[in-house]
Amino acid sequence: MPSDAALAAPTVSAAVAATPVLRVSGLSVEYRTARGVVHALDDVSFELAPGETLGIVGESGCGKSTLARAVVRLLDPSAGTIRLGDTDITHASRRRMRAARRDLQMVLQDPAASLDPRWTVGDLLAEPLEIHGIGSRAERRARVADLLGKVGLPPEAAQRRPHEFSGGQRQRIGIARALALEPKVVVLDEPVSALDVSVQAQILNLLTDLQSTLGVSFLFIGHDLSVVEYVSDRVAVMYLGRIVELGGRDSLWRRPAHPYTRALLDAAPRIEGPAAPAGPALTGDTPSPYDLPSGCRFHTRCPIAAGVCRRLAPVMQTLSPGHHVACHFPVGGTPPSD
Amino acid sequence: MSPSVPNEPVLAVDGLSIGFQNRHGLLPAVRELSFSVKSGEMLAIVGESGCGKSLTALALLGLIPPPGRVTGGTVRLEGRDLLALDEAALRRVRGARIAMIFQEPMTALNPVLTVGEQIMEAILEHETVSRKAARERTLALLERVRIPDPERRFAEYPHRLSGGMRQRVMIAMALAGAPAVLVADEPTTALDVTIQAQILSLIDELRREQGTAVVFITHDLGVVSRYVDRVLVMYAGRKVEERDTRDLFADPLHPYTRGLIAAQPRAGAGAAGAVRERLAEIPGTVPALAAMPAGCAFAPRCPLADARCAQAVPPPRRAGSGLVACHHAGETHAL
Repeated sequence: MPSDAALAAPTVSAAVAATPVLRVSGLSVEYRTARGVVHALDDVSFELAPGETLGIVGESGCGKSTLARAVVRLLDPSAGTIRLGDTDITHASRRRMRAARRDLQMVLQDPAASLDPRWTVGDLLAEPLEIHGIGSRAERRARVADLLGKVGLPPEAAQRRPHEFSGGQRQRIGIARALALEPKVVVLDEPVSALDVSVQAQILNLLTDLQSTLGVSFLFIGHDLSVVEYVSDRVAVMYLGRIVELGGRDSLWRRPAHPYTRALLDAAPRIEGPAAPAGPALTGDTPSPYDLPSGCRFHTRCPIAAGVCRRLAPVMQTLSPGHHVACHFPVGGTPPSD
Repeated sequence: MSPSVPNEPVLAVDGLSIGFQNRHGLLPAVRELSFSVKSGEMLAIVGESGCGKSLTALALLGLIPPPGRVTGGTVRLEGRDLLALDEAALRRVRGARIAMIFQEPMTALNPVLTVGEQIMEAILEHETVSRKAARERTLALLERVRIPDPERRFAEYPHRLSGGMRQRVMIAMALAGAPAVLVADEPTTALDVTIQAQILSLIDELRREQGTAVVFITHDLGVVSRYVDRVLVMYAGRKVEERDTRDLFADPLHPYTRGLIAAQPRAGAGAAGAVRERLAEIPGTVPALAAMPAGCAFAPRCPLADARCAQAVPPPRRAGSGLVACHHAGETHAL
């Protein structure tokens, strides 16, 4: 089980010394279905520093979206804790969560799903302010115009409805709504996955600008490695519900220690990358979450798995300050004495 | 399998135009598109949503859904113009000489037939062989697309399979008639990156070993750079650039191509501690079909546009290993 201490200190961000704005510890989520219990998230721990972006990457079924939803309490965890600043929100009541939402907001992949089509953009952006009783009517109107400006939309956008905007513009509206209350943490679940590359660049630049002016922290969930690399200060790689590697973005990309991280980086073709993958493609599919492999969950697809990997789940170990891996045979680590 | 003459394209598209009829008239979605592919070659057609790449793919098989229709041009497959064929003749060509795979295999697979039955059906549709022979060919095809335990998979229904396995089944079906051309429309877009790598290496292997020509429709420039020989970039229904892959990425000539490549996050774009390098943005949006500019469709978003660009559509011109359609192609380095 990874200890909090092992995952505590980010080393890349300038914000290291600051108290984390979000602390997730030993978080697990189970889904009960007709076919049985799915352990969608298993003992996940990390911290998020002020002004920092932590990227979460992994493939389908790795638990990254479950993690996003559990952190904002759209799902109830079965174990572990979530602390927002000094407040433990793991089991916070509806009323206390409403207060907590001032500091913790979310942006979804498809903003249309979260924007009521009958409302004007102005009403959508003013709603969070009204709920929290912020400002007079006139002040709220001014704040809406200010928010639209921050995300690069004209003030007239306030009178229009979400369907009148393109996908990229709707995502700007989703981001403006998430920022209305000046939260400390925004969880972004695949925010650019549905967008064309030229629009994706606009949104990524916008997020970067907003972070540097507002000092907000991002938990950025994505599946596109080049996007996650671009936005993140640190990155956690997930596989079948667990974090298998966590480190500073550069450290992780230059010295991936987990065989899964290496396979993932190798499988993602990049314009400036090598013409051919460095190693053989991973064979097989991700195992069913209903029937998780024993020991290390990656052993069924791992090119270097040994006997110990089938028996024992690897403990999170520290390779270098801030770079952690859960593998019995990490690259650059010491092999187990077993 | 009819042998194709080496260096002679198996598929030659010339002046293809596709439009949508509505009450205001004909909206042009693809305009005067020409390209060709040789045996064993993989050509990518890239562009963003609405550029006409998927419509082009459908037109190659005579599958444009109404109210869309081909309004001009020819699609020659092994010398024969597919657009001149009637539906019965087209059906004989489809699957046998040209086949297509889609992003979502479930749209192409029959949910009430087992994997084996549908591949057998595809074989029996184009050949007169015994069921026993068709069954053996099916097992060989399943093995060919690296499906483990083919005997067991033969009897399974598509919904029991993972996304990657379904894509393999669809490829096996497409290969059943040993087609000369495989059209792949975003075949890995819905797949995880490690599964995508498996499917792309499979397609790559098939064209190398069987000489299948591949027309690969994608929005993913990373995939293009690793697997494709030649790239055709589309914008608002037209070809703006066509180059050998290496040349395209080393020295893109069209301002749109340059913008697209620059908008992609690069490795090490934000070195630790340093200020993150901004991604290049292409200002504005793609023009609507009903409001196409008279001249170059990219002119309203282009940093190099001048009066000429607003008036005249730039014709494709030879440029090194390919073609570029830009009045200012030689000047893009100044950007």
